[in-house]
Amino acid sequence: MVAHYDAPMPTHLEAHHSRALGLAPDAGRPAVVLRGVTRRFSRPRAAPLTALDEITFTVGHGEIVAIVGPSGAGKTTLLELVCRLQEPDHGEVTADAAALMPQRDLLLPWLDTLDNAGLALRIAGRSRPAARREAAALLEVLGLAGFEQVRPDQLSGGMRQRVAFARTLLSGRPLLCLDEPFGALDAITRMELQSWLARALAREPRTVLLVTHDVEEAIVLADRLLILSPRPGRLVAEFRIDAPRPRSRTDPALVALRARVLEALR
Amino acid sequence: MRASPPAVIVPVLRALAAPGRMRRPALLRESARRVVPALAPLGLIAVLLGAWELYVRLGSVDPLILPPPTAVARSLFDDRGLLWSNFTVTAGEALGGIGLALIAALALAMAIHFSRSLRLAVYPLLIASQAIPLVLLAPLLSAWLGFGLAPKLVIVVLVSFFPILVATLDALAATDPDLLKLVATLGATRWQAFVRVEAPNALPGLFTGARVAVVFALIGAFLGEWSGASRGLGVLVEQAIPQLQTARAAAAVTLLAGFALLLFGALGLLERRLLPWTTAATS
Repeated sequence: MVAHYDAPMPTHLEAHHSRALGLAPDAGRPAVVLRGVTRRFSRPRAAPLTALDEITFTVGHGEIVAIVGPSGAGKTTLLELVCRLQEPDHGEVTADAAALMPQRDLLLPWLDTLDNAGLALRIAGRSRPAARREAAALLEVLGLAGFEQVRPDQLSGGMRQRVAFARTLLSGRPLLCLDEPFGALDAITRMELQSWLARALAREPRTVLLVTHDVEEAIVLADRLLILSPRPGRLVAEFRIDAPRPRSRTDPALVALRARVLEALR
Repeated sequence: MRASPPAVIVPVLRALAAPGRMRRPALLRESARRVVPALAPLGLIAVLLGAWELYVRLGSVDPLILPPPTAVARSLFDDRGLLWSNFTVTAGEALGGIGLALIAALALAMAIHFSRSLRLAVYPLLIASQAIPLVLLAPLLSAWLGFGLAPKLVIVVLVSFFPILVATLDALAATDPDLLKLVATLGATRWQAFVRVEAPNALPGLFTGARVAVVFALIGAFLGEWSGASRGLGVLVEQAIPQLQTARAAAAVTLLAGFALLLFGALGLLERRLLPWTTAATS
């Protein structure tokens, strides 16, 4: 069985875009603060590799920030620092509790969609029926109804990423760290999922730190773009995107912005 | 992977299944495609048995040393009561032992998985224990534990424990580290990561180990009986050979081999039933 994932959302909800909804600013502290963060990896018989060099930026509550950079720019390291999976060698990281969504969906093959989506709830000690109920409610909101009792091997790659995103949302963490979430998908599915994610975030607003090497993805989704240079990873440019949502890929302003971003990536 | 039917067989099957002018080649090809692979193992067995029968009949070997398949079949039928009553004893020992081995192997696999120092301490001993010749150990165990069930169970556990343990440990260690990282970011404790990720992930490995272990378990039970027992296929064979009833001995071994096949197949079915995701990718 191949999943068919055409799941349009009601248009009145697409129009209802208010990202700050339900996200009380936490005593004025931003959701993410990095100050002079440096991360080095020691290598056998070679000088240590500086993955990130003096990175400083903040992410406000409810903001969607995309970190754009080529492979090897330390993007994943940056996310793992924010998610506390690594510690910086220098500098300071403070961040809200974060949930990580990796490039690989990492769904558990023995669980169906509801159990996979509700994994964080089960880990938090919720009963299985309660976790499944909550997962089912979210899947409905995200337009994923109809695949509740299907195992991952019966889902398409795009559908699996949507379930992985639902799992990330159900962690209940205010901050989502998305690590090239659609990097493993084909170009057409990737575009579909980018639009889907934009709608999903409109309905379930969160603070998002998105890491990607896909400039268009960043422009379609983010409020702000941070450009990371490779080896050592340094922030070299920043772009603010005020275009209204839902965004069109063919919007001339965004197309022009894309050219500027690509220029900065050179 | 699926073999197409040998060219010689196709016209024969066609003639058999489509008498007169009625021909349904597509249907026929389909049924041939299904039937021929199923027949392949039976065909091979038939050829081997035929060659064996012929070899004995042509006088190449004394039938008392190597009984022909027909004699074995006759014994299987004539001695069915005797064979069955002894078979149930051996099968019970093997199944009981493998059950104990399963419990012990799982408990130790968990303990070793959680404790690196335990692994370092216990693993060499376990490997060394596998090198002890069972023919040496079995009589000692009988002298020590008597001629009852206990020494047989010990031998069965000794031989079937190791494959289960090793396969389970390897499967536990083979858990995708990214999966563990993911559940860690979702707040899982070490124990939760084990229960939710590592343990289910290791189940196919457990089945692999169990499939190997059942075959060893039968040999273990047989050997245990050989070195001192009152009933069981091992005793039956031990008594049959000096009486030159080699056909009966071969019948007992055939029964044992058939039971091994049955257990192996049943475990495969059980795995497909309980762990449908492991076979889904290939079906």
